[in-house]
Amino acid sequence: MSRRRLLPLLPALTMLALLGPVLAGLWGTVLPAFGHLPAAGLTGPSLDPFRDLLGWAGLPRAVMLSVGTGVLATVMSLAIVMLVTAGWSGTRVFGVLERLLSPLLAVPHAAAAFGLAFLIAPSGWLARLTSPELTGWDRPPDLLIVHDSWGLAMTAGLIVKEVPFLLLITLAALGQADAQRSVRVARALGYGRLTGWLKTVFPRVYAQIRPPVYVVLAYAMSVVDVAVILGPNTPPSLSVQIVKLMAHPDLSHRLEAAAGAVLQLLLVIGALLVWRLGEGAVAALGRRWIAAGARGKADPVIAGLALVAGAVSALAVFLGLVVLGVWSVAGFWGFPDALPDKITMANWLRFGPGTLQALGETAFIAVVAALVALVLTIGCLEAEYRHKLRVSQRALWVLYIPLLVPQTAFLPGLQTLMLNLGAEVGRGPVILAHVVFVLPYVFLSLADPFRAWDARMGVIAAALRASPDGILWRVRLPMLLRPVLTAFAVGLAVSVGQYLATLLIGGGRVATLTTEAVALASGGDRRAIGVYGLMQTGAALVPFALALLIPALVWRNRKGLRHG
Amino acid sequence: MDKGLSLRNVTIFKDRSALIRVHQDVAPGDVLTIMGPSGVGKSTLLAFITGTLPSDFTATGRVLLDGHDITHAAAHQRRVGILFQDDLLFPHLSVGANLAFGLPPGGSRHNRQARIDAALAEVGLDGFAQRDPATLSGGQKARVALMRMLLSEPCALLLDEPFARLDAALRAQVRDMVFDRARSRALPVLMVTHDAEDAQAAGGAIITLCNESGY
Repeated sequence: MSRRRLLPLLPALTMLALLGPVLAGLWGTVLPAFGHLPAAGLTGPSLDPFRDLLGWAGLPRAVMLSVGTGVLATVMSLAIVMLVTAGWSGTRVFGVLERLLSPLLAVPHAAAAFGLAFLIAPSGWLARLTSPELTGWDRPPDLLIVHDSWGLAMTAGLIVKEVPFLLLITLAALGQADAQRSVRVARALGYGRLTGWLKTVFPRVYAQIRPPVYVVLAYAMSVVDVAVILGPNTPPSLSVQIVKLMAHPDLSHRLEAAAGAVLQLLLVIGALLVWRLGEGAVAALGRRWIAAGARGKADPVIAGLALVAGAVSALAVFLGLVVLGVWSVAGFWGFPDALPDKITMANWLRFGPGTLQALGETAFIAVVAALVALVLTIGCLEAEYRHKLRVSQRALWVLYIPLLVPQTAFLPGLQTLMLNLGAEVGRGPVILAHVVFVLPYVFLSLADPFRAWDARMGVIAAALRASPDGILWRVRLPMLLRPVLTAFAVGLAVSVGQYLATLLIGGGRVATLTTEAVALASGGDRRAIGVYGLMQTGAALVPFALALLIPALVWRNRKGLRHG
Repeated sequence: MDKGLSLRNVTIFKDRSALIRVHQDVAPGDVLTIMGPSGVGKSTLLAFITGTLPSDFTATGRVLLDGHDITHAAAHQRRVGILFQDDLLFPHLSVGANLAFGLPPGGSRHNRQARIDAALAEVGLDGFAQRDPATLSGGQKARVALMRMLLSEPCALLLDEPFARLDAALRAQVRDMVFDRARSRALPVLMVTHDAEDAQAAGGAIITLCNESGY
């Protein structure tokens, strides 16, 4: 088939890859939620699934957990990022924090959550480092820190992962907000750095980062892997309960799971609407604050606190990874000891073969999913360039739909739908499900550099009689090698971190590093978790290192591309 | 029909109002200079001729090159060369590979290399083939960009403020070189500039555009 005919199809194919599974999944959720599940011999409509759900004693608590942890994690991570940026952007300290936080973006949620658990648990590293000298403990205190019934540990786990995400998004938005000059003007008018930034730059930056903030809220409200590792057990959050019901051997439990998924969707929609109204309220308060003319006497204090919060958040992930590493090589490690008695490779020898097999599966799925996403993304962007299309803000929201619809609302439905159709669960469908989540991030990562490419290069190349395909392959993509590889690495990292899509669409038969690691959560074998957690982190981080290294090697003699 | 570049009632529109209207022939070896302040649509006219008009503009009229109507031809099949004020050498290719990019396909490897070496020698850059373009001086880059365009054997040459980035001493030198090469290859040249000296040095017809609406 000629490329001329293939290219216009790619945007349509991209829409299908993004929205098809989501819409099919929602359809597959709504049917059983109203009692229709032919695979189990049930035909609706009936309201019994919702009656069963409402009959569950844990429901109010599960709903509160879902909403409470989600909203708190979003507010906290957004506040930390905004205040740190307001108080410190443009300073050397900010540069350091930025460099510390950037690589953390790639650390999978599960690994970060395990690391945090190993730090803050009663028998965790922090307790060990301070005991018995400071605390007087010679055995782990009987405190419910991890799995606490308020979901605070889970909220903390979400915050430490969302802070790097929101920070990088904010940095990208800052470039377009003319931030530096606004702050300079505000400071000349006597405003503190932080207050000046909040009053002049924040409204513009927030308007830009609004979609990712909504993504964080929707994600935090419905997360499963972090909730399994850090969240309460009795009752668990709503999303975890949905997954538990889906795993029940009795198919009829899927009806209640589907009803729960519908409730989860409504909760997220409701929360997003309330958040939107909240934005209006904050804006109104902000206008009054601006009109009052306060210059910000407390700026240094607030900026200091924000910096501490940001640093603690970064440190929690770093130390968490370190303690995962220590556990992975630990021999006997008695309680108040700061370090294990013996360093041993025995754990790696024991779990190594298993992790390698899971690594193979993980890598295969990630490479295929990221490649598919990359081809679709480049196809869309190239079609946009060749046909001189203008992409509206509204079209951009299509990218965010798979990230805004809670995973627990459509993935169970997708599995049920496949069951009804008699489709085989397994690796192929898992890859397609991964593409749904990988594609938006690959697209968002590549779109700006792709569009920022100097189009006169294309004019020159065409004047030199290079065909449109020739320009793409011989000029544009080589020049964009670094952003293309970075987008590919982003795609790999997103795929490596996928838990629910692998678990549900794989029907429990596709074992990746992430599903294996999360499955270890209930067993509590810290050495195994250490090995799997590190492997998982490595699988997500190594591609980023390569994305930096390969262009530096390939273009080592090309000064013009060194900072491109 | 004669050789050369002919613009027949070419009118460029933005939001339905006409920006510029040009009806002119450029004979082989001649230079037509279009002058006017920025924002008047000079570069847009060149984009129309190269087939890369941005989507917020529309145009009517015809472009003829050596008697062929190229108004609707694909950009890479028009054989219209263009030089911008930036050299726009491909940063991922060596100087030699940049020139090879311009050279039409075909011929033995040895033969192609010989043509590239000859092109470099013609502008006093012998032995530069392996160099990274980013390590060249401004004047050297301008010369490579010119030879790259000429190697692609265009039938006309467009110049978009081509000397604006060069300092005064270099400017006259590069300008003479470009016009000499174009004349010796009998290329019709269309230059847009806001520099009166460039226009004078070109020694051809000059059209001055202004911002008034309706023109």
